[in-house]
Amino acid sequence: MSILSGDSPRSRLLAAAIILLVLGLAIAPFAFSSARTMNTAAKILVFIVLVASYDLILGFAGIISFAHTMFFGIGAYGVAIAMSRMEPGWIALATGSVAALAVSAVLATIIGLFSLRVRTVFFAMITLAVATAFTTAASQLSDWTGGEDGISFKMPAIFQPSFRLFEQPVLGLNVNGRVLSYYFIFVCTIALFLLMLRIVNSPFGRVLQAIRENSFRAEAVGYRTIVYRTLANVLAAMFAACAGILMAIWLRYNGPDTTLSLEIMIDILLMTVIGGMGTLYGAIVGATLFMVAQTYLQDVMALVSGATGHIPLLSNIVHPDRWLLWLGVLFILSVYYFPQGIVGSLRDRAKR
Amino acid sequence: MSEILLSLKNVETRIGPYHILHGVDLDVPKGSATMLLGRNGAGKTTTVRTIMNLWRASAGTIHFDGRDITNLETPDVARLGIGYVPETMGIFADLTIAENMRLAAFSGKIDTQRLERIFTMFPAIKRFWLARAGTLSGGQKQMLSIARAIVEPRRLLIIDEPTKGLAPAIVGNMVPIFRDLKQSGVTILMIEQNFAFANAIGDHVAVMDDGKVVHAGTMAELADNEAIQRRLLGLSMASHQ
Repeated sequence: MSILSGDSPRSRLLAAAIILLVLGLAIAPFAFSSARTMNTAAKILVFIVLVASYDLILGFAGIISFAHTMFFGIGAYGVAIAMSRMEPGWIALATGSVAALAVSAVLATIIGLFSLRVRTVFFAMITLAVATAFTTAASQLSDWTGGEDGISFKMPAIFQPSFRLFEQPVLGLNVNGRVLSYYFIFVCTIALFLLMLRIVNSPFGRVLQAIRENSFRAEAVGYRTIVYRTLANVLAAMFAACAGILMAIWLRYNGPDTTLSLEIMIDILLMTVIGGMGTLYGAIVGATLFMVAQTYLQDVMALVSGATGHIPLLSNIVHPDRWLLWLGVLFILSVYYFPQGIVGSLRDRAKR
Repeated sequence: MSEILLSLKNVETRIGPYHILHGVDLDVPKGSATMLLGRNGAGKTTTVRTIMNLWRASAGTIHFDGRDITNLETPDVARLGIGYVPETMGIFADLTIAENMRLAAFSGKIDTQRLERIFTMFPAIKRFWLARAGTLSGGQKQMLSIARAIVEPRRLLIIDEPTKGLAPAIVGNMVPIFRDLKQSGVTILMIEQNFAFANAIGDHVAVMDDGKVVHAGTMAELADNEAIQRRLLGLSMASHQ
């Protein structure tokens, strides 16, 4: 329990699901040989960090921000720019990461101190404007960011596909640089998630929850809400930057569409809501379901469409080209049947 | 009169286009219980919210223990040792009772002896220590709200209608609790509509009407004078016994 900071999943079903998901992610390179599956597993890990960091501000502090992908992008660009301009080694990786974290912290502090005094909806609008301006700047500063084309870069030798840790395959798997990158991301994700769990279950996290519930009341108890909300914003931004760093390590590329797009912001929002706001565990469930659905729904629909080929209307409805429509339907149903998110609903059921 | 702990001089408060307080003068003596009485809409809640700076005074001054706190931010007012129990039972429903209590302990830890005393005063707090505060009954929420305000030594306790909506039996149980608090040296400023309850606890009284204090004196004086009660409050205390 201490590793979970006293905040267990509080539902046997949820605990079993999370253990299965984590085990599945831990053995993914050995269990699934395809590059596509490993890519999906790595993205799930990155999005667990990103969604959990968003839950830190939305679910625990009640702050709606549309600038979260901006910090995700800053993390990824920090690594991309450093790795492409310096010798692509550990020093460049560390320099890019530290610079990205520092820039994220400074920007989040400025946004927080200047904007968190206004009402939630105005703060959301300010963050949307800042994020849009940043995306435009990233596209236009092509000398640094590679513009719309983005930046491809090399990673330290140990993370390069040609690197072999062992001469012989281990359990049938060549432990190359890609596999090592994957496990580096896996370990970082576990560490970052546990750190966030510690933060939300600390006295600081309790004050955030109190502010979310009633900020006037929290002030009357003696807490400066603007300071706590700004701190939450800064922490969430730094964790989002960490997710961006991990994304860059995995893809060895970064561009505006990979980390900065508004589409990713909406995906994060959906994953947070589907998983369950204010639970943190919702990030694991939401990110996994969303990424799996986004990757494999089209394949499933192709199978169903093929099997129902003799029924004209039905095969047309489930045609793989309509996968986005069905993805939308699935999300509407999940929000309808799990209004508190999957984790919130499972916890409620466990209480009864 | 004993030393004044809290003093309001000619305080005015406007909320948007509304002029609510029209020059409130109020003195709260140290170590005693001052009851703030008056009809609905007289400005009692606005007065205590202005003291906490939840609403800013547009004119006048507020002094606490000789220090001007008129323009102090709300958290700084609270950290001077002023516990505030709002009318709406200011608990945090999503947190457990334990978390609600720890939140108000600025030193980070709750003094064990003090906690035992709180448990004696409010046994329900101990019984439901790890339960979500939102699951408590109305009376228990009110008790938690008061317990949280006294989790650390406070110099002044401002309580807005602690008996509102509570069953008579629970109200009766609260009288010795407030007497006990008073005896421990805490100064109390309490808004109360239940005159019998106010009479059982109060040493001093201030009656408000139309955003001003229209009468100030001892509780005993007011309790003995039915004519003043009828004139200021529109009814007599006898009808509330």
